[in-house]
Amino acid sequence: MHLFLENSRPKELLIKVFFIAGGVFCLTSLVLLVAGAPPWPAFYHLFVGALGSWSKLAQVLMVWIPLTLCACGLLYSFRIGLWNIGVEGQVVAGAIASTAVLRFGVESGSPSLMIVMAFAGGILGGSAWAILAGFLKTKGGVNEIFGGLGLNFVAQGITLWLIFGPWKRPGVGSMSGTELFPESLWLPTFLSARLSPAGLVLTVLALVAAAWVLNRTRLGLALKGIGSNPKAAYLHGLNPSTYFILAMGLAGGCAGLAGAFQVTGVYHRLIPVISSNYGYLALLVVMLANYRVWGSPWIAFFFACLNVGSIQLPIVLKLDSSLSGIIQGALVLTTLLVYGLRSAGSRLKLRG
Amino acid sequence: MRITLRDIRKQYGKVNANDGIDLEITEGSIHGILGENGAGKSTLMKVLAGYTVKTSGKILINGRPAEYDHPSQATRLGIGMLYQDPLDFPPLTVLENFMMGLDRGLVSREEAYRLRLREMADHFGFHLDPDTAVERLTVGERQQLELVRLLALGVEVLILDEPTTGISSLQKQALFSALRKLAREGKTILLVSHKLEDVEALCDRITVLRRGRVEGSMVLPFEGGRLLAWMFGNELAPPPCFERRTEEGAPTLAMEEVSALGGRAGLSPCQVAVRQGEVVGLAGLEGSGQGLFLRLAGGLEKPETGKIRVAEEDMTGKDHHAYRAKGVTFLPAGRLEEGLMPGLTITEHFALQQPKGIVIHWPKAWEMAQQGIGRFRIRGSPHSAAESLSGGNQQRLLLALLPANPLLLLLEHPTRGLDMDSVRWVWEKLMAYAAQGTSIVFSSAELDEIFQMAGRVLVFFNGVVVKNVRTCDTTMEELAKAIAGKG
Repeated sequence: MHLFLENSRPKELLIKVFFIAGGVFCLTSLVLLVAGAPPWPAFYHLFVGALGSWSKLAQVLMVWIPLTLCACGLLYSFRIGLWNIGVEGQVVAGAIASTAVLRFGVESGSPSLMIVMAFAGGILGGSAWAILAGFLKTKGGVNEIFGGLGLNFVAQGITLWLIFGPWKRPGVGSMSGTELFPESLWLPTFLSARLSPAGLVLTVLALVAAAWVLNRTRLGLALKGIGSNPKAAYLHGLNPSTYFILAMGLAGGCAGLAGAFQVTGVYHRLIPVISSNYGYLALLVVMLANYRVWGSPWIAFFFACLNVGSIQLPIVLKLDSSLSGIIQGALVLTTLLVYGLRSAGSRLKLRG
Repeated sequence: MRITLRDIRKQYGKVNANDGIDLEITEGSIHGILGENGAGKSTLMKVLAGYTVKTSGKILINGRPAEYDHPSQATRLGIGMLYQDPLDFPPLTVLENFMMGLDRGLVSREEAYRLRLREMADHFGFHLDPDTAVERLTVGERQQLELVRLLALGVEVLILDEPTTGISSLQKQALFSALRKLAREGKTILLVSHKLEDVEALCDRITVLRRGRVEGSMVLPFEGGRLLAWMFGNELAPPPCFERRTEEGAPTLAMEEVSALGGRAGLSPCQVAVRQGEVVGLAGLEGSGQGLFLRLAGGLEKPETGKIRVAEEDMTGKDHHAYRAKGVTFLPAGRLEEGLMPGLTITEHFALQQPKGIVIHWPKAWEMAQQGIGRFRIRGSPHSAAESLSGGNQQRLLLALLPANPLLLLLEHPTRGLDMDSVRWVWEKLMAYAAQGTSIVFSSAELDEIFQMAGRVLVFFNGVVVKNVRTCDTTMEELAKAIAGKG
């Protein structure tokens, strides 16, 4: 957990970034060469595919929004020392809840109110799903990793059941999801591109809120204290179980918001892969951001660029779009390696 | 096998755990190593067993120098150690544990080992079911298994570290008769203990360590008085007795027939009352029940039987936060493990003490931290992380975080690992609390400290409070005997 928590000096940080970038580049190039593809054009098309035009940038931001929202949530759960791997299921639960609200609102007279309600429903749905994992931990002694992972499968199962069962399209259910909502229930977008200002504002608000709660409030300090030493925190009058539930509730709320955004702003229906794996990806984002609030949106942006940019690759270079996954994986691995080697190095120095 | 230790030294930082130890251990003997907590016994044995690397010195086996720095190398040379907490694999079965390290090669010869285990267990009169998971065994049975396993590995020199703590008297008999049998068969036994009784009953030679050095050596017949003097030093004179309020104050803590499970020895039903302003010292060997007593008194452990009252109110079964609300504070021995939150700064520790409220008033927390640092002379700044402080300064920080007017302070080894200056300073602060009327209950491995500071002392032995006397009415010698189980 405290892998990167030490404050490194700028020069040291620069050296690390250099090694990490170099490592990622070498690893990825190696994979490309093995696959028989030229590395340079691949990197070029990745870049252009993500940032080559305003509409591309808008696409990147539409990925950035749910990814950053999930990361915001994870900041709370990481702060108290929980590995909330169930974030994925919490996105799904939020999406299901907000779909439920919107289905109810198809007949309603005021669509904007219904969209707001759908967001509220998403937050509650994600929260409830996370709190379930929290209670499994505090009351049932189930590690949050296993509980969360289990609940992810359950959430996925419920989604499929809804799509092929109660919420199926008129006629026959299909993998393409539920019936598309009327456009009045879509999150408003601007530009010719589909970029939602409301989504951007909500995400920035979530970031500011996370920064405020974690750094300025008693709650934030309590999360940090318990995360660092639950036994001592208990002796200092904090009840770890209560805060575990609170942190999970906050984390799930953010993830649920991401789910609601996927439904109202991106797909306008419930689909089987509604979470797009953003939950799992956000775990990597927060780890790479050193569990810090203001590092997360940048890493999330970089990851979003990779995701969007790689969509080009199959068309242009006949490469699979999973290259973005390889780069993300290589990034995490080299970062862990660079920090791991460094701390091993300093241990050696201490011994010698 | 004959073992010779020459000038063994082991330093941990600035502490000399072993400060030039010479020792001769003859073949076929049972050699007792006696000493107080922290005398250096365990360190010496771990060096011999290859578990700890010595700083300097020589180990001779049958007169020939041997160099090794790993337990498995020591085992190959024929030296095996039975650790205080058995190093086994709890989820595996007895048989699987027995085969660990013995069974090499691709195909496991389980049946052969099953037979061998049964033979060896029968030889010593142990009852070990090969198919039970080790986690379901008692400490005594785990010890028997470990013993048999080491012998099967071909160990000639057997080191036992505090083997009689936490086992039943029947198991102790079985262990002792097995050890005598082994000695007759030519094995060399080293028994480490701070229990005079056990060492006297079993050994034919005793060496006493004190503060990392050999204080003296004796062969049968033993003189208990001299051994005790070696163990606790020659300053067993009656210490000065301070006048302290004892009888008159209102009761703050009352334990009525309280018993509990846990730790190595548990706690047998005990009847103890502590009054306002009283300072009570808990003496005893490590793990004799003092820690459990303190945790029960703070609501951190729940009693099996009996009632706990704090300021006359029945608190039995309530959690620590209810005790806290009544003014009970517990300071654990593990300052960084349990007392402080590593990664949090001094200011953040103070900020958590602020009265409830959503937002933290950081300037105020900073100010509190600055004041605490000044008043408690903590060597650090408000933004120092707790783990960056030295042990003494961590203890000062914990004291600085205490509420202003506690009813009852429960302190686990409050001065362990501190330098003389810090010790004096900590006690100055604690005595100021006692003068205000706060009751203080503390455990300590230093008998001198208990004598100097406490008005009353409770001696624990194997989970039983064997003595509950005013320090004025007893002597160091009497306490030393009680601690060693001869009271």
